[in-house]
Amino acid sequence: MINIEIDGKQISVPKGGTVMDGAKELGIYIPHFCYHKKLSIAANCRMCLVQVEKAPKPLPACATPVMEGMKVFTRTEQAIAAQKGVMEFLLINHPLDCPICDQGGECQLQDLAVGYGAGESRYTEDKRVVTNKNLGPLISTDMTRCIHCTRCVRFGQEIAGIMELGQAGRGEHSEILSFVGKSVDSELSGNMIDLCPVGALVSKPFRYSARSWELSRRKSISPHCGLGSNLVVQVKNNRVMRVLPRDNDVINECWLSDKDRFSYEGLNSEDRLSQPMIKRDGGWQVCSWEDALAFAIDGLLAVKGKYGVQAIGALGSPHSTLEELYLLQKLVRAMGSSNVDHRLRQADFRLDSQLQGVPWLGTSVDDLSKLDAVLIVGSTLRKDHPLIAQRLRQAVKEGAQLNVVNPHSDDLLTNVANEAVVSPNAMVSTLAEILKALVQNKGVDAPKGTSAIIKMVTVTAVARNIATSLIDNKSVAIYLGNIAQHHPQYSEILSLVQSIARVISARFGMLGEAANSVGGYVANAVPMPVYNVTEEIKQSEWSGLNASQMLDPGESQCQGYMLLNVEPEYDVNNSRQALRTLETAAFVVSMNCFRGNAMDYSDVLLPIAPFTETSGTFINTEGRAQSFNGVVSPLGAARPAWKVLRVMGNLQKFDGFEYETSEHVREEVLSENGDFKGRLDNNLNVRDIKLPAFGEQVIQRIGEVPIYQADSIVRRAESLQQTSDSVEPRAWMSSVLLKKLGVSDGDVVKVSQGDGEIQLRAACDDKLPLDCVRVAGAHSKTAVLGAMFGEIMVAKL
Amino acid sequence: MTEFTLTMTNGVNASDPENWRLKSYERREGYAALKKIISDRISPEEIIEEVKKSALRGRGGAGFPTGLKWSFMPKQYEGEKYLVCNSDEGEPGTFKDRDIMRYNPHILIEGMLIAAYAMGVKTGYNYIHGEIWDTYLRMEEAIDEARAAGYLGDRILGSDFSFQLYNHHGYGAYICGEETALLESIEGKKGQPRFKPPFPANYGLYGKPTTINNTETFASVPWIIRNGGEKYLDLGKPNNGGTKLFSVSGHVNKPGNYEIPMGTPFSVLLEMAGGMRGGKKLKGCIPGGSSMPVLPGDVMMETDMDYDSIAKAGSMLGSGAVIIMDETTCMVKALDRLSYFYFEESCGQCTPCREGTGWLYRIVNRIENGKGCMEDLDLLDNIADNIQGRTICALGDAAAMPVRAMVEHFRDEFIYHIEHKKCMV
Repeated sequence: MINIEIDGKQISVPKGGTVMDGAKELGIYIPHFCYHKKLSIAANCRMCLVQVEKAPKPLPACATPVMEGMKVFTRTEQAIAAQKGVMEFLLINHPLDCPICDQGGECQLQDLAVGYGAGESRYTEDKRVVTNKNLGPLISTDMTRCIHCTRCVRFGQEIAGIMELGQAGRGEHSEILSFVGKSVDSELSGNMIDLCPVGALVSKPFRYSARSWELSRRKSISPHCGLGSNLVVQVKNNRVMRVLPRDNDVINECWLSDKDRFSYEGLNSEDRLSQPMIKRDGGWQVCSWEDALAFAIDGLLAVKGKYGVQAIGALGSPHSTLEELYLLQKLVRAMGSSNVDHRLRQADFRLDSQLQGVPWLGTSVDDLSKLDAVLIVGSTLRKDHPLIAQRLRQAVKEGAQLNVVNPHSDDLLTNVANEAVVSPNAMVSTLAEILKALVQNKGVDAPKGTSAIIKMVTVTAVARNIATSLIDNKSVAIYLGNIAQHHPQYSEILSLVQSIARVISARFGMLGEAANSVGGYVANAVPMPVYNVTEEIKQSEWSGLNASQMLDPGESQCQGYMLLNVEPEYDVNNSRQALRTLETAAFVVSMNCFRGNAMDYSDVLLPIAPFTETSGTFINTEGRAQSFNGVVSPLGAARPAWKVLRVMGNLQKFDGFEYETSEHVREEVLSENGDFKGRLDNNLNVRDIKLPAFGEQVIQRIGEVPIYQADSIVRRAESLQQTSDSVEPRAWMSSVLLKKLGVSDGDVVKVSQGDGEIQLRAACDDKLPLDCVRVAGAHSKTAVLGAMFGEIMVAKL
Repeated sequence: MTEFTLTMTNGVNASDPENWRLKSYERREGYAALKKIISDRISPEEIIEEVKKSALRGRGGAGFPTGLKWSFMPKQYEGEKYLVCNSDEGEPGTFKDRDIMRYNPHILIEGMLIAAYAMGVKTGYNYIHGEIWDTYLRMEEAIDEARAAGYLGDRILGSDFSFQLYNHHGYGAYICGEETALLESIEGKKGQPRFKPPFPANYGLYGKPTTINNTETFASVPWIIRNGGEKYLDLGKPNNGGTKLFSVSGHVNKPGNYEIPMGTPFSVLLEMAGGMRGGKKLKGCIPGGSSMPVLPGDVMMETDMDYDSIAKAGSMLGSGAVIIMDETTCMVKALDRLSYFYFEESCGQCTPCREGTGWLYRIVNRIENGKGCMEDLDLLDNIADNIQGRTICALGDAAAMPVRAMVEHFRDEFIYHIEHKKCMV
């Protein structure tokens, strides 16, 4: 530690630290613009000039390393003169348009001008004007306001991993711009708006809609990906106007993904369901809650009476709150059925009987930054977990080795040490190869259940390299992404990952797909007993149908459904089957925030509140329970789903539904049954793993969920729907396959699964495995296709 | 005329088209210093010691002691270290490095070889500014000659010493003459200065230890090694060793480069340059390149040409570009031209320079065009004050110093411009 003195106060700063670090520690504010705690030092704004004893001229606090005995003065005549001088320079070409600038009221330049600016300008020449740039649907520019701090440029280079903005030109002609004709497409781009200390980069969706001082700031938690980003939701007149990050260094740091930031537009969508509706005599009518709930219960009881209790099933979105999912399963179970699930996009449920606990990340989110080596299995990482990808990017910068087993080779915008790009069908054998290489390298016995499978594979070079990378490093973790979790051989994949982890003493886990992917298990919104089940429950076995069984027309015995925040054409693994099953079901109760296409297959629509209009809890992928309150009151007649489910219990006179607040529900799930963290466990009771046999060589589908199609809110966020990530799905394939089919890049082709058939534009991606076609799911265009993985037919028109 | 010992230009003949070649260079003791080092197995430490003794100071403008700079290079560093020659001679008035490379390129190569040997460097770059393409081509040819003769490349002259030297040409941005902007430019990035610390000796080209010297500095080294540091020091004055090239331009009869010992009276240099054109009176002189403060003619006539004497007179020796202005010069117009240069050449990275240089220029230009007011004079001084010492690199100072000196020494002329809306001369 180095001892220095700032304004007469003593402070110890670690070696290599700066004067700014010391000042922050002491709580002494030094004005600055270009300095940002998460970005590299640029020292270009010169606002933080301070006086340092024995230095002939003022020095920038952000870039001046501490030296033993250094004496710094931040408020002396020399320091203030320097700071005021810089402020004058910053202001001479800055437009005086604060009254119409969105940054007004939350502008660092405006704030500091109060302290360091003069009342009147000495600059009488013409001011500089800089043309605005079109950076896409999310960021609006007023480049004349730019003060060239380059925070946005450094953010791109250092955090987003791609330099989409740069400073061109020299001197007064220098300006921030994107590459010619390009927009800013990073899935983290909105952070540039936060970083911009002036009104040069502002939010396009929010532009001119409110002044910052009119907004109430309320805390919340993101309902989207499994990270559980902490939010500040800004509200005016009972309407969500904007979402900003709330600093939490162990989760989202000071960042937000664009999905977390701009999805709020969906909350105010025209498509919001605001009145209960029932289908009577073939027509839809708006009705009171009493009528709707009575109608719903009567309908479900009629199904129960006619088809038996096993015909009742419930599906809840993993983006629902812990309380909602808990009451959903409690209601279904009170009715006598265990047909309940929240794992809507999972295809392979064979491992349900092998689970030892609640699947989770297996490490803390913060641990991601400290790993020496990582293996990611089956993930569209940047799109599914933008900030986890960002953390890994920083870890790689610190020397971590990133290894990937994937059916595609999307750019992670960081250095990938080893990458095995194999078809979905070959993922199991590739993992077996890695395991075999490790077993050989370590000279240990094959872990339980794996000796047969590793005999059947030959280790390829890439598998060996991945094995070497994992074995050579100390802190290692393996994570399964969405593709692995949606994969038809999820059971084999997880079993092999567990075996690999065991051989090298690594940690492993799932990158939680949704805000409550862990919470759904803790809420027992699964058909089998996993979490805190009593002896009584164990004996009753609680064995119901899982999501796949409930929605499979061949297998399902269900006739009465309760859907919680589910849009079957987007939210499930096999949308074609799900739609068919629901359309032919006897009775469907749809609890949803949006109308969507629910009228096509439902009998009752119950308007429920999104996360901003209810209190609740999400348990994120690392098992952190984060509760939040509603930030606005529910729209129209919409009600929090936990209340709706409670009343449905009350109306049927079930015991244990006498909750007054959502906190009561939460206490029942979490507190009464002790520490749920103790039940987080990814280990399977591994059985013999067999190499799956595949028939004739077929073309396989790679069906990922596009970033802005993942949940019902983001699907309705207009600005996000205009981004380059929201283009219509195409049939991506290698040039070899294109040639084999006799089509060219851009041609329209026929794509079919079972009897579902659509026409899509073919597109070339030579990094895809030769026998694969990548067709995104969760999209209206592709909803008539079937499972996200498996056989698919592509043909020339 | 007085005869001087020349350390860089002895035997150099610009009018002989073959004079620059290796053969001619060898005939005037060329590569003798390198051969001496190799044959006598002189240690790197001895070379640095010799350069320290010579009191050779950086000829690019800052005047930092060369031997001291060389001693900053980490000795035990494992991995690549770099040697860079700053031939990005962009300061208005300066044209000495161009002529060294044009008429005596091997002296630069030999100087760099010695420096590389002294610091244990295997790779060097010579960054030549963009406008002198012919000179770049000549350097390329010279390097080819040296390589063919075994002076450059692997196992030089049969020893264990290897050194690869590459020419790299810029595109004419003045800022790339700032040593860290130059490094950025070599790395293929936008030429913008880095903030210091860290200094290039620790974190230079590609993040590796790097020493950067000016062309003339390297060109001074062979003589020092051949004749010893003390002899070199004795050519000049204490703390101001050796000889220096001065680029004399402006209102003289024979503008050009002149090599003279440090401490030679300015009047002697003026005489060598043929005296004032048309016998006019010396009004002012910028003694060290356009970024240095101007000195009034009478002060200049009393001054000797060395770092300390010029500093004492109130300016700086800088790069040794002596700009002579006679009594017909309008100092407002001269400053207008200079301020425009710094306004155009500011890299735009840091605030005071990006914003301040344009402001300075616009005010000076306004005064020149008869639209100034009296308050402008203090404003100019105050803006210059707010730039100087507050920027990442020295370009801010370079833009500010001429303004302050011009307004200080020739205030009457500025006032006349403001009051009469026209020029005094």
